[in-house]
Amino acid sequence: MRVPLSWLREYVDLPATETGRDVQAKLISAGLEVETVEPLGDGLKGPLVVGQVLTIEELEGFKKPIRFCTVDVGRANGTGEPQEIVCGARNFAVGDKVVVVLPGAVLPGGFAISARKTYGKTSHGMICSADELGMGDDGSKGIIVLPPEHEVGTDAIELLQLVDEVLDIAVTPDRGYALSLRGVARETATAYGLPLLDPALLDVPGPNEFGYPVEVSDPLGCDRFTARTVTGLDPEARSPIWLKRRLQKAGMRPISLAVDITNYVMLELGQPLHAYDRGRVQGTIGVRRAEQGEKLATLDGVVRTLDAEDLVITDDRGPIGLAGVMGGANTEIDDTEGTTTDVVIEAAHFDPITIARTARRHKLSSEASKRFERGVDPLAAAAAAQRTVDLLVLLAGGTAEAGVTEVIAPSAPRTITIPADHPDKVAGVAYGRETVVRRLQEIGCDVYGQDELIVTVPSWRPDLTDPNDLAEEVIRLEGYENLPSTLPKPPAGLGLTDRQRLHRRVGRALAGAGYVEALNYPFLGEHVFDQLSLATDDPKRRVVKLVNPLSDEEPALRTTLLPGLLAALRRNDGRGSHDLALFETGLVFHPREELSVAGRLPVDRRPTDDEITTLLDALPEQPRYAAVVLAGAREQAGWWGKGRPSDWADAVEAARLLAGEAGARLIVRGGRYGPWHPGRCAELAVVVDGTERVIGYAGELHPGVLKTLGLPARTCAMELDLDLLEEAGEGLPKAPHISTFPVATQDVALVVDKTVPHADVEAALHEGAGQLLESIRLFDVYESEQLGAGKKSLAYALRFRAADRTLTVDEASAARDAAVSLAAERTGAVLRGA
Amino acid sequence: MSAPNKSYDPVEVEALKPEEIERMRDEALAAFAAADSLEALQEAKVAHTGGTSPLALANREIGALPPHAKADAGKRVGQARGAVNKGLAARQAELEAERDARVLVEEAVDVTLPYDRVPSGARHPLTTMMERVADVFVSMGYEIAEGPEVEAEWFNFDALNFGPDHPARQMQDTFFVEGPKGDHGESGVVLRTHTSPVQARAMLDREPPVYVVCPGRVFRTDELDATHTPVFHQIELLAVDEGLTMADLKGTLDHMVQSLFGPDMKTRLRPNYFPFTEPSAEMDMLCYVCKGESVGNPDRACRTCSSEGWIELGGCGMVNPRVLTACGVDPEKYSGFAFGFGIERMLMFRHNVEDMRDMVEGDVRFTRPFGMEI
Repeated sequence: MRVPLSWLREYVDLPATETGRDVQAKLISAGLEVETVEPLGDGLKGPLVVGQVLTIEELEGFKKPIRFCTVDVGRANGTGEPQEIVCGARNFAVGDKVVVVLPGAVLPGGFAISARKTYGKTSHGMICSADELGMGDDGSKGIIVLPPEHEVGTDAIELLQLVDEVLDIAVTPDRGYALSLRGVARETATAYGLPLLDPALLDVPGPNEFGYPVEVSDPLGCDRFTARTVTGLDPEARSPIWLKRRLQKAGMRPISLAVDITNYVMLELGQPLHAYDRGRVQGTIGVRRAEQGEKLATLDGVVRTLDAEDLVITDDRGPIGLAGVMGGANTEIDDTEGTTTDVVIEAAHFDPITIARTARRHKLSSEASKRFERGVDPLAAAAAAQRTVDLLVLLAGGTAEAGVTEVIAPSAPRTITIPADHPDKVAGVAYGRETVVRRLQEIGCDVYGQDELIVTVPSWRPDLTDPNDLAEEVIRLEGYENLPSTLPKPPAGLGLTDRQRLHRRVGRALAGAGYVEALNYPFLGEHVFDQLSLATDDPKRRVVKLVNPLSDEEPALRTTLLPGLLAALRRNDGRGSHDLALFETGLVFHPREELSVAGRLPVDRRPTDDEITTLLDALPEQPRYAAVVLAGAREQAGWWGKGRPSDWADAVEAARLLAGEAGARLIVRGGRYGPWHPGRCAELAVVVDGTERVIGYAGELHPGVLKTLGLPARTCAMELDLDLLEEAGEGLPKAPHISTFPVATQDVALVVDKTVPHADVEAALHEGAGQLLESIRLFDVYESEQLGAGKKSLAYALRFRAADRTLTVDEASAARDAAVSLAAERTGAVLRGA
Repeated sequence: MSAPNKSYDPVEVEALKPEEIERMRDEALAAFAAADSLEALQEAKVAHTGGTSPLALANREIGALPPHAKADAGKRVGQARGAVNKGLAARQAELEAERDARVLVEEAVDVTLPYDRVPSGARHPLTTMMERVADVFVSMGYEIAEGPEVEAEWFNFDALNFGPDHPARQMQDTFFVEGPKGDHGESGVVLRTHTSPVQARAMLDREPPVYVVCPGRVFRTDELDATHTPVFHQIELLAVDEGLTMADLKGTLDHMVQSLFGPDMKTRLRPNYFPFTEPSAEMDMLCYVCKGESVGNPDRACRTCSSEGWIELGGCGMVNPRVLTACGVDPEKYSGFAFGFGIERMLMFRHNVEDMRDMVEGDVRFTRPFGMEI
């Protein structure tokens, strides 16, 4: 809502020294968000006067038409002689009144005017357009031609009201009344403690039987309809300058006198109005719901197919307007031909939700619908109709008909009962009853009662429904800035949960290992599943889809973190960072086996646990996953020596790192899955509640997948289900017993088939070695011709130690032999050199 | 030195003459002093203390003396050998020290060499910023509550007093999830548009008093540009207890900005409208850079707050009693306050991030400098 300060002053007698900035500060503190204060005519300096064109000489030989004019500016130029001015515009003729800026003047934007040579003549000033004067679009498409009644030499700065300030207010949805000068003036008056000159206080004749016939068949959709008729309008009459200027400053374009007047009254009182050409309305005006599929051509030239929920204004033929949104073309006031002489004025009140839905359905937000959606003062309709009639009579020479139609559905004023100290309790401030009552009265409430206040809310505040609404009014008028600052004392908390701590630890561990976190959008297109070589029946292909995705390419929610993370890797690589280790933890989304709709539960009570369960069951599973991707060097080459490319082992190690953080035992074994290199893929598993669960995969990605996705060669990745990993956690770590007896070390080299996994050999050694084994570590793997084709040698360091004694060599050897023999039995391992 | 003995054996041993022994000693000491390396000293050592050294040979001669002369000569030779050994050890120590000093000099390295063998990792600043804010409240006794990103409309809207026709429910803001029948059927499920549904969940899950913070990721249908992203992060706070007031809300906000930006910080509330709070307010914090001193002071223009003096943080208010009712909390007995704000915005003005896209693209050059904590 744009509010010219000069217009606002008409209703509140503000001190002359108050600037737009001052008013802005007061209104912001009262809760109206004044976003900007726009100075109009900033820096403007005269002489700027009304002139009359005396002669026009067309200058020849220039690329564009140029006119050399003489203009009578009266005594404004000091001599009374005609002013010689060169002008490039053509929309004026000899005898027209125009706006002339004389040498010495400064136009908005610091544009200083002086006599200057141009097109072979000397131009002593300029004939002005609206644009040059900072007036905004006045529809003239050239210089301003004034109505003839203005005297030459008149100061045009005053005449055109060029110097002003405009407050631009972002009105919140609850404060529909602030979409009017009347509403903003009321807040201003309260903020300054000044009386309000309410423009809605007009003498309005009561309804009678001679008014234009109106039939409201849907009183829920339209609880009030006022109709007035004005006849004998002068089709030649044009909007006076002051009217146009106020509309322009408020951001509306002047169109025609009748339309300008209805817009003006809407801005003033907040009541949207519509003027019908009476000669084009046939029979009774009606209000009803549309028939499904009914058609209406609206004023914007669009033929709209109506919905059965749309509220329409009709005449005998059918719809002539979309109620509260936009009028129809078939009863439009004819401005261009100037044939409209009689109009019917509609000032009605419509159901906000109906209007909101219609505006949305037809993607048609108008000044009227904006106001009805937010709530219009129903009691202002009659005054607004009267104001419109008055202006039509005054400015268009019309005659007001005596008939007054008012169709009103009965309604009672709303009351709210609150304890007098309720605002005090909400704010934490002792305002006292008197202050509370005074503040409520200032916003227009009637207040009765002592400890319990019975508050009747004003008709323009449909947003006031609950005790806290009234508390807010009191607190904001007393000033949010005056609230004290106190700290509540929450009960002692338990800190982070184990799960929350794990999530932080996971991030720190990966970052500590050199991974950089990326937070990727969770959207994907299903084509990525083919790119990732997922099997056709892979459960990850079942996705949650969006009705309105940002991009039709990515309509689904991720079931894996890899597409996002790989895209980030590719982006970094493309930007010249080639040695990359990225990680992400985040939710993925799996549809339930049985899909259901999340119903709309009641809000007037706590839903039952069963009701809540139906909601939760309608949501997809949303486990938290963790993933890493790697490319390029894991260790850089440098003065210390060679670098090392990242490889499958780094990816597997990332999984082990997370398992360590979760306190879970991770099972790593050869696997095959989707995007991974079939020979370099580890399947990751844990045991949860006695059941082994595969939680993810790690290793090098498949060269074909890398090629398809345009990723660097040998890119590696790991992804696992962090929730399952967490579930597999074994709880608090137990401190081991630290023996101070000496260690006995035994190395063994075992030859096994190449296909035998180290993990199996190690597990057998571990089990076979028994209690005395302290640790086991693989320190070498090699293959050679000597060993034979298809064989490999695994060398382990076994450390033995007892808790209570120094081990003898025989004891250590016996444990080692037991370990080797179990490994031999389980894996076919042969001790080298044996 | 003793005087010649009258009862001296006439058989004189040349080598045991006092002058001779002194000479041998002095020669040895001179040789040690002349040795300029440990190797040279070793040679001198062999020459002057070894088995064939003059003093060792002299020592052997003592046996040839008559008993009364032995003691005297033995003493002289012993003293001389002691002096020689002491001189040797001293020189040895001296030369070793010299060698050690030289080796340390030779072993010196260029300590300015880089060691970026494994480039450092980092957590995303949005993650650590959320943790930083949450920890302010955890230390006060609040707990962290979490909720799903794909959320029932009832939690995201209805329970929070967004009626069925509230503009925020419309297509221009909210990502809707397809219903079971596919196509564009109704599902009652959305991508949560704010972290506020976690408020509702927290109240339904717990008995009052409830003191929780809810950090998380939220979604709105904005196109990505320098100042918007469709996927962003918020942190929400909810306190429900007996007798909570707007003054408590103000104090909690003040405490937060003091904790994050310094002891002389404060907040400002301006009336606003949100369906789930009543009264509602917009909250601003004092500009932590200029502390408001740039206002009306063109010489000290502030880029962080555009010389407004205040930085807009987010929305807050007293929990609307209708929300309490829908979430099973008795509004006659309890009141509550809540606030929420965007983490991206805070990161932008706290760390001079200029473009929202930097936070979403995962460029390692952006994230690395933020390290582990923020």
